[in-house]
Amino acid sequence: MSDQTMTIHLKIWRQKDKNSPGKLVDYTVDDANPDMSFLELLDWLNERLMNEGREPVEFDHDCREGICGSCNLVLNGMAHGPMQGTAVCQLHMRKYKDGDTIVVEPWRARAFPHIKDLVVDRSAFDRIMAAGGYISVNTGAPADANAIPVNKRDADLAFDYAACIGCGACVAACPNSSASLFTGAKIAQLAHLPQGHPERKKRVVSMVDKMAEEGFGDCSNYAECEAVCPAEISITSIAEMRREYAKAISEIE
Amino acid sequence: MTASNNGVLNSKVPEGNLQDKWDNHKNNLRLVNPANKRKFTVLVVGTGLAGASAAASLAELGYNVKAFTILDSPRRAHSIAAQGGINAAKNYPNDGDTVWRLFHDTIKGGDYRSRESNVFRLAQVSNNIIDQCVAQGVPFAREYGGLLDNRSFGGAQVSRTFYARGQTGQQLLLGAYSAMMRQVATGKIQVFPRREMLDLVKVDGKAKGIVTRNLTTGEIERYAGDAVLLCTGGYGNVYYLSTMAKNCNATAIWRCYKRGAQFGNPSFTQIHPTCIPVSGKYQSKLTLMSESLRNDGRVWVPKKKGDNRPPNEIPEEDRDYYLERRYPSFGNLAPRDVSSRSAKYVCDEGRGVGKTGLAVYMDFADSIKRLGADAIKAKYGNLFAMYEKITAENPYEVPMRIFPAVHFTMGGLWVDYNLSSTIPGLYVLGEANFADHGGNRLGASALMQGLADGYFVVPYTLSDYLAENLHSEKIGTDHEAFAKAEKETMERINKLLSINGKKTVLDFHRELGELMWDHVGMSRNKEDLEMVIRKIAGLREEFWKDVNIPGENNTLNKYLEYALRVADYMELGELMARDALDREESCGGHFREEHQTEDGEAVRDDENFSNVSSWEYKGDDKDPVKHIEDLNFEFVTPTQRSYK
Repeated sequence: MSDQTMTIHLKIWRQKDKNSPGKLVDYTVDDANPDMSFLELLDWLNERLMNEGREPVEFDHDCREGICGSCNLVLNGMAHGPMQGTAVCQLHMRKYKDGDTIVVEPWRARAFPHIKDLVVDRSAFDRIMAAGGYISVNTGAPADANAIPVNKRDADLAFDYAACIGCGACVAACPNSSASLFTGAKIAQLAHLPQGHPERKKRVVSMVDKMAEEGFGDCSNYAECEAVCPAEISITSIAEMRREYAKAISEIE
Repeated sequence: MTASNNGVLNSKVPEGNLQDKWDNHKNNLRLVNPANKRKFTVLVVGTGLAGASAAASLAELGYNVKAFTILDSPRRAHSIAAQGGINAAKNYPNDGDTVWRLFHDTIKGGDYRSRESNVFRLAQVSNNIIDQCVAQGVPFAREYGGLLDNRSFGGAQVSRTFYARGQTGQQLLLGAYSAMMRQVATGKIQVFPRREMLDLVKVDGKAKGIVTRNLTTGEIERYAGDAVLLCTGGYGNVYYLSTMAKNCNATAIWRCYKRGAQFGNPSFTQIHPTCIPVSGKYQSKLTLMSESLRNDGRVWVPKKKGDNRPPNEIPEEDRDYYLERRYPSFGNLAPRDVSSRSAKYVCDEGRGVGKTGLAVYMDFADSIKRLGADAIKAKYGNLFAMYEKITAENPYEVPMRIFPAVHFTMGGLWVDYNLSSTIPGLYVLGEANFADHGGNRLGASALMQGLADGYFVVPYTLSDYLAENLHSEKIGTDHEAFAKAEKETMERINKLLSINGKKTVLDFHRELGELMWDHVGMSRNKEDLEMVIRKIAGLREEFWKDVNIPGENNTLNKYLEYALRVADYMELGELMARDALDREESCGGHFREEHQTEDGEAVRDDENFSNVSSWEYKGDDKDPVKHIEDLNFEFVTPTQRSYK
């Protein structure tokens, strides 16, 4: 444990519900510790707010290990904050300096309706998955696992895309609020595996259409999504999605 | 203590040879014909590996499934954080693995406190799980020839663990979640996110529904079903600090306990040996470093007390590789309970490292020298990166500092061979039940059990129950039992919100956690346990008088959710201490100081405790009553577990 303490100024988005106007509210934590995670700083602040009889700040969080994808904060304009390849739960205060000011906001996108303070509704992602993010195999007795060899390059690539944690930072960072990185990652994962081939045309068309229907914008290659992605998903997934889509459409027509 | 043995539980284990039990049983289970399946609704609470796999499999069969999660999406359940892998007896490496050996390792690893028939079935279906997951597109690690790779884990001398880098749980859960979302698209599954189950509804003694709180609106909602599947995970967060996610909690199982479901072996907790140590009071949770690291990391502390030199300046002759020394045949891969206790001993001796002295080193220098840093990075890159993010130390250059932390609970609601609790119609799957791991779970077995229960056990055993209930009356949510459960839930919430005391929920949870960790953790004794039971009773009384919960019910209010959970932890913590006090032996993760050898190894008492303690709730002002399920070992002979 570090013996130092630091003073951190926070400007946090407070909003009662989606029908009420929100605003940034100033808070100061004068005994932050460099070894705290950013979410622990919010816990610390909340504890103090409760002791003062004030309402704590609501934010989503769960595993705090960077894998569940629950946490979703924009810090000083960056989804998940300043550390690349890191969800905000794994960001530690040692990244900041004594006296720093941090503006804390929720994901902002039409397809992610606001719930309270820093909490938004990301169920649109589940609906994109339900549109085709799976291989149609019932529980039962499929062939022996080694009956389907997959060359290591494809297996590794599929894993790279499968590492998406579904947090939605790609949407939050995109000027168009596009969900292309999220959707492309699943399509590219399954396109690299032989198990995914029978349904690949139907899958890509259905998922891409669903993405538009949910109110996400289109991709115009800003690549902001890749820059903020905590799972470091490459935008090649978007290129793969487009290639799959073009092939599927031309063949369907 | 007035614990008394009130009769023997019927585990409904089928007759016959171990190898034939499950097949014979399946042959005899009743079926529901396809046209009748759609008349049934199954409520699945929790969407981790057990819940998601059960929901998908049951929907594929044609049942109507309602699936509930406290999180905003089923994909976020804490199974997602499991790192290392999943066991199966495929014997792909040709190192002599068999179903029998996986069964035997699991029974032995559990220190002979699990049911033979369940564990054998688990080993039998382990291979189907791998096949199923590969068919779903789970990207397991592969060799250059395109076939699946394996690695070894604690408590086994074969390589039977399948893995997907250090994110196996994530990939398996996303596989099960995808299967679930496919059924959402067909309309057979309805998902209810941000819902917390706060009570079980029983009609004529059978589980017929649940009451949930809508975590966004605060509304109390009623859901009726023909069966309820609890897949809500373990209760490690009783200890405040654990490797569990912040929202993991015991409320669903505890509410069912209070409605009559018995609780099996509540004191059986797994303390995982390799976690990142605590750094300060603000610490909100602990992070695990996968056991797979022990394949290449060597665990050591300085030989001398108070040796404050930086680790790289401590020469070989001044280091004590205590696991290799004490357990030469298993070395750094000794099982979790043994490794954790060994770490505690060396820290108790004053040989712990780091600022707090509550840590030991796990050193990769030798492996890096032998295999190269790139090979180590390929195997454990994400774990090393995570370690560096949290501690700001580079494990390629300095040894990791690790310490044990609460990680898994082998105890849980008691279930029979069919995974049915003592309440008909209430099934309990995965970590939420007590079944398969006995006194200690082996690495890479939790994922196996969650998926075995959900994909390959409950779809068969549930049909037997539903077939029997084909003609029973359908209960609607207007039934008075729902009204009563809803009213009681609302009263509990209103009471909590009206206290307006001075201490936060966190204050109470931290206090409870400290008591539990210090006295119901790695090492337990009679005097401390009796003291803890008294102290928890006092803490609980104080909680209901002096807790301060902000805000209102009719909105998102995470500290209200948290208060409801902590209220239940305080009751469960007491039951855990009672069970630990009652079990006068050391077995697996349960170590009673009164029962050890001269060199500190656990001493089991098979004469008196070759059994499961199953506790029945009798009322808030009454002591619970203990029931016994005798464990009869017909096929293996319990021996003193030795990893030397």
